Amino acid sequence: MKLSQLKIGQTGIIKEFTDLAMSVKLMEMGCLPGEQIKLNRVAPLGCPIAVSVAGYQLSLRKREAATIELF
Amino acid sequence: MKSNLKVALLGNPNTGKSTLFNLLTGLNQKIGNFAGVTVDKKSGFCKLPDGQTAEIIDLPGTYSLYPKSADEGIVLEILTYKDNPSFPDLIIVVLDATNLKRNLLLYTQIADLQIPVIIALNMIDLADKSSIKIDINVLAKRLNVPIVALAARKNIGITEIKKAILHRSTIALQNPTIAVESIAPELIAKIGLELKIKNPYIALHTVHQHHNLKHLNKSQHLLIEDVKKQYHFHAQKAQAAETIARYNYINDVLADTVKYPAIALEENISNKIDHLLTHKVWGLVIFLAILSAIFQSIFSWASYPMQLIENAFVGLESISHSYLPKGALTNLLVDGVLAGLSGVFVFIPQIALLFAFIAVLEDTGYMARVTFMMDKLMRKVGLNGKSVVPLIGGLACAVPSIMSTRTIENWKNRIITIMVTPLVSCSARLPIYTLLIALVVPNKYVLGIINLQGLVLMAMYVLSMLMAIVVAWVMKKIIRSREQGYFIMELPVYRMPRWHNVGITMYESVKSFVTQAGKVIIAIAIILWVLASYGPGNTFNTIDNKYHSLAFKNIGVDEINKQKAAEKLEHSYAGVLGKSIEPAIKPLGFDWKIGIALITSFAAREVFVGTMATLYSVDGDDTKTEPVRHKMAQARNAQTGQLVFTTATAFSLMIFYAFAMQCMSTMAVVYRETKNIKWPIIQFVYMLLLAYGCSFLVYQVLK
Repeated sequence: MKLSQLKIGQTGIIKEFTDLAMSVKLMEMGCLPGEQIKLNRVAPLGCPIAVSVAGYQLSLRKREAATIELF
Repeated sequence: MKSNLKVALLGNPNTGKSTLFNLLTGLNQKIGNFAGVTVDKKSGFCKLPDGQTAEIIDLPGTYSLYPKSADEGIVLEILTYKDNPSFPDLIIVVLDATNLKRNLLLYTQIADLQIPVIIALNMIDLADKSSIKIDINVLAKRLNVPIVALAARKNIGITEIKKAILHRSTIALQNPTIAVESIAPELIAKIGLELKIKNPYIALHTVHQHHNLKHLNKSQHLLIEDVKKQYHFHAQKAQAAETIARYNYINDVLADTVKYPAIALEENISNKIDHLLTHKVWGLVIFLAILSAIFQSIFSWASYPMQLIENAFVGLESISHSYLPKGALTNLLVDGVLAGLSGVFVFIPQIALLFAFIAVLEDTGYMARVTFMMDKLMRKVGLNGKSVVPLIGGLACAVPSIMSTRTIENWKNRIITIMVTPLVSCSARLPIYTLLIALVVPNKYVLGIINLQGLVLMAMYVLSMLMAIVVAWVMKKIIRSREQGYFIMELPVYRMPRWHNVGITMYESVKSFVTQAGKVIIAIAIILWVLASYGPGNTFNTIDNKYHSLAFKNIGVDEINKQKAAEKLEHSYAGVLGKSIEPAIKPLGFDWKIGIALITSFAAREVFVGTMATLYSVDGDDTKTEPVRHKMAQARNAQTGQLVFTTATAFSLMIFYAFAMQCMSTMAVVYRETKNIKWPIIQFVYMLLLAYGCSFLVYQVLK
């Protein structure tokens, strides 16, 4: 399952990344394999999304979220 | 002030780094440039407990030493090169105690550069409140670094940090974090040997980012490229491996030093606010409501101090005219310099308010939400959610806004944002709008509460925003780029604005406006006065003689003087200049006097009101001083006797000023930021064509 497929309020655990360039940026921001990630909300126009990860709130686009594979 | 001790402040965005900077330096700040690059260097001086001064350098906020945007690149440039004039003796890493794990990533990178470090553990009060328990002593021992707990917003820990700076170690004592060599052993050894870099982490970064490092020469660049190929160095894979190793180390360190509660408390309050403020419907409604509230308050609140400033200058001008000896010098001083100065000072209330509002929006964390809500819309027109900040900032001034586009990682997004930001009506247009609206729009109320003049003003702003969006969309179609944009951004928790910071922002913006714009405006005011007071050849003598002979006939002295002044202005250098472009601007409804204003305000729009003031003071009665608005309202075309400022002309003029690029500072900053003269030229031309076309339409339709 991908992060972009989570429903609002749902939680997942990060398994791996499907895009190397994106993974470097995401890991710097605390999105690491094994971290719990929760979908908090979706922007009014459907994208980007806001997630809770590593103790703070991060926003990213759906396309970017689709590169995060969850357990 | 001078100091031999350089202290760099470094940290993630939203960690309170600027609050700490402001507390350490107060108003002893200056904004300059880092050597060789365009990034602003914010530095200031701080008195230590023993009386010595330390220079504090505020480096751009960053999540890691691997830069994602233009201004983050400067951090590595400074920290890896000992001969850089800003190379620090000590680094203070500011960490957010409520989010230690992600914040420590940057710390571990800095620690490996082997420069003396102190940790400022900020927001310790919020960590306490959220029941995050940090054993500071154990953490300090594990890292072997002095740690100072801070609550910068509450002014707690500032003395301690000053003491820590005083008792700093002159050599780096912190424990090494990860085995950097193991990431690329042969490569690091080779580069270390060839370029004489002892520190393995600096060697690794040099390989990674050598194209950003300006101190390297061409043969060194080539050498690095060769070594990269030789050892099959894959930059992203190496960075990923390093990041994972660093987080393993951090987890290890944090395991027995920090205890987290089940749910973070503050995040939850923030979550509830977000639920409303980024709501599908309410989020957008609230955003629009906030924007219009800002405009209404700027229009109504600023008008009182502006009136005071205006009156003060009118008073000063009439006093000067009656007490100073008559002559060319007095005229230059009063009609040139004073009139120009009043055009500068009258802006101050509006600029201060606008910058204050934007600072509050940024400071509370709301601006990040606006970015979040607008990203999709912005993406459709070739921009990025982060473009919203410069666009809204453009309401105050395009110059700092264009500089703030550095946070946009994608080149195409950034270029388009830079190209359209000057279309957004900045505070320099405000007095022009205010003046022209007051001339032709009645001060009436619609539906009992909405001021008609305020409404027209708001419409001008909305129009400018729409035009920015339309032009962005067109440019998206024209500019080609294969690079894909992304949007990975922290949404900081909501905080109360720091009034101290807002105050400093207001003070700094007003100061730089008065000194920078002021210089240009006064210079232009003086040049303009000379151009308007003298004419080619002996035309002025001829006019003097003509009226001298008229004086014996039966015409009032006042009337003669008035006509004489008008004719002189028309035949002055300025008049000749204005007349020469009159054919081009006639279809827009402008006469030669407006032509003069157009020419002078190509350097800066602020000059318009001042020019009008100068032109209408020269043209007319020396002894009667009244606000320029009244003079303009009575101005009539000499040939037709009709009013100059009709509704059609006033609106056409407003549209022209809304869309034309009339700001040297903006063009200079666009050149600086894009490093290519092509962009400011394209921008100047397209905006001029747009302004001309739209003004033409407006005048022809309204006439």
